[in-house]
Amino acid sequence: MVGRRMGRYGFNAFCVAGFIFLLAPILVIVPLSFNAEPYFTFTEGMLRLDPEAWSLRWYESIAEDEAWRRALVNSLIIGVAATVLATTLGTLAALGLASPSMPGRTLVTAVLISPMITPIIIVAVGVFFFYSGLGLGQTHAGLILAHAALGAPFVVITVTATLAGFDRTVLRAAASLGAGPMRRFFRIQLPLISPGVFSGGLFAFAASFDEVVVVLFLGGLEQRTIPRQMWAGIREQISPAILALAVFLIAFAVVVLLTVEWLRNRSASAQRPVH
Amino acid sequence: MKRILNLSATAPRLGALALVLPLLAFVTVSFVVPLGTLLGKSAYQPEVARVLPRTIAELRDWSGEGLPSEDAYAAMARELTALTENRPELARVAGAVNRVQSGMRGVLNRTARRLARAGQADSWRATLAGIDSDWEEPATWLAIREAGARFTLRHYLHALDLEQRSDGGIASKAADERVYTPLMWRTLLVSLGVTLLCLVIGYPIAYMITEAPPARGRILLLLVLVPFWTSLLVRTTAWIVLLQRQGVINGFLVSLGLVPDDGRLQMIYNMTGTFVAMTHVLLPFMVLPLYSVMRSIPRSHMAAAVSLGAAPLQAFRRVYLPQTLPGIGAGSLLVFILAIGYYITPALVGGRTGELISSQIAYHVQTSLNWGLAAALSSILLVAVTALYLVYSRAIGIERMRLG
Repeated sequence: MVGRRMGRYGFNAFCVAGFIFLLAPILVIVPLSFNAEPYFTFTEGMLRLDPEAWSLRWYESIAEDEAWRRALVNSLIIGVAATVLATTLGTLAALGLASPSMPGRTLVTAVLISPMITPIIIVAVGVFFFYSGLGLGQTHAGLILAHAALGAPFVVITVTATLAGFDRTVLRAAASLGAGPMRRFFRIQLPLISPGVFSGGLFAFAASFDEVVVVLFLGGLEQRTIPRQMWAGIREQISPAILALAVFLIAFAVVVLLTVEWLRNRSASAQRPVH
Repeated sequence: MKRILNLSATAPRLGALALVLPLLAFVTVSFVVPLGTLLGKSAYQPEVARVLPRTIAELRDWSGEGLPSEDAYAAMARELTALTENRPELARVAGAVNRVQSGMRGVLNRTARRLARAGQADSWRATLAGIDSDWEEPATWLAIREAGARFTLRHYLHALDLEQRSDGGIASKAADERVYTPLMWRTLLVSLGVTLLCLVIGYPIAYMITEAPPARGRILLLLVLVPFWTSLLVRTTAWIVLLQRQGVINGFLVSLGLVPDDGRLQMIYNMTGTFVAMTHVLLPFMVLPLYSVMRSIPRSHMAAAVSLGAAPLQAFRRVYLPQTLPGIGAGSLLVFILAIGYYITPALVGGRTGELISSQIAYHVQTSLNWGLAAALSSILLVAVTALYLVYSRAIGIERMRLG
């Protein structure tokens, strides 16, 4: 029995260590972003909780820096446009794939999902060669197209998952009550699958908002996004200002995560059979 | 749209296809065709043949023994003279030939520059030889002919560290000249190692989440999802902050006196950095599929095995573990696929010794401008990933991939 209890403790300790490994980088970066000194370690003052050792100077320097502001604007333009494109096309495609009579479903799905699984470096190089030849190199349009292709698989997957629990009899009921196809789609089906559409869109936006390799190859100075600016910051001399930005991005991640979870619960409860 | 939705009622096949078609067309144009272009570049190189058409045509008639005919010299001289007007084109051709045989960039540039001024001697052969004695070497012409071939497997030979011997056979390079095959092996081994680490760390975590009471289980799952959603660059930055010589872990060890101040550990910009950061980034991709499989295993199975007299470890090994194999397969395959193509993390924290094949692809696109080689390396990587992807979609089904 003692052995078993020891085993239990050992197992729990191992799991806790695993969670610490997962969360340590995030837990460390948040307090360090308030460091008054330009160091990446906790100063003695910080450990003593001396208010002098903590400051908002890195947050101020990020907020005042024109380059970061421009990068944010670029990230938003590219992210929103790519998301709209990916969500529209991806939702339509998922509706088609959900139809039992869709020909060649496995192959088509494999092609549509492939951007997600292809190594990003290969995507970036291919897009760089091809788009540059079309005059799309160093343009926002080129990045939007590439990011939309990378984001569409997320939408296809989430909407397909939502459609799997979709009760098609409600559509037939609507039809029998005289609703036309447009009305059936916009008034009945779309509202019911909207959690899947929204979370797919969030995935697509997050993917674009965090994408750096395609931007690195295809984008120019005018297309510097937040991750591209961070890349430059890490490659050159890494300044604690980057930690302040990182905290902003962590907060963004938590908000997106909670939204996606909330949407998932909503779609699960919306589709629970009522009869 | 109205017509499409209408169609989907009347002619279901057409309706479904019409809904899928926009994305299929979009992905084809914005993604599949670029990849095709990339594959093409690995074996198709029309530039030299386009710029030096007559020279290449003359060289095609040449046996390769001794020196080519006077016609070939004349064609070369005329086409090079014409190129002095077009500097970028000259640079491209010189670069392409130089990649077949180093030193040729200088020969071609010098010859083009002097030809513009030099009058014609008795023969073009004498003129060219007067400018550079390399024109009397068969190797020079062989290199030009090689670079002028529209279709070539040269880049693949190069990418696989093979070379063509003078007798036409193919042999692998001497061990100390190999660059890419060791890197491919390293990429494979690192990916395997990272997959294994993710499994060892991820399996207990997934098990703990499954076994916890629902409320605590949800919180634990969220703790796995926070790093999953956090920007890759943020996580990589965090590891730099933690692991670097003046970083948090070293600072902690020094303050405890475990490590002398001048003997701080080098944990980043090497293989350790690559391993730690990649395992961290890919761990959620292991935990999530494992968790979704474990959740579907009834608890009664283990209880039944124990009540029938199995020791807990035996019950785990014979009853529980086999049922989680689909999750192990799905998670491992996913992590491995993502690992072998990984770029950002190794590039930022791997340093020289921790770099993977992806870094060489980036290097040849951006710095050495040897696009044919970059394309060949990409194609090899792409074939490996596609094979694994097919295994994944056959064995597990892509539609069942769970996100977040």
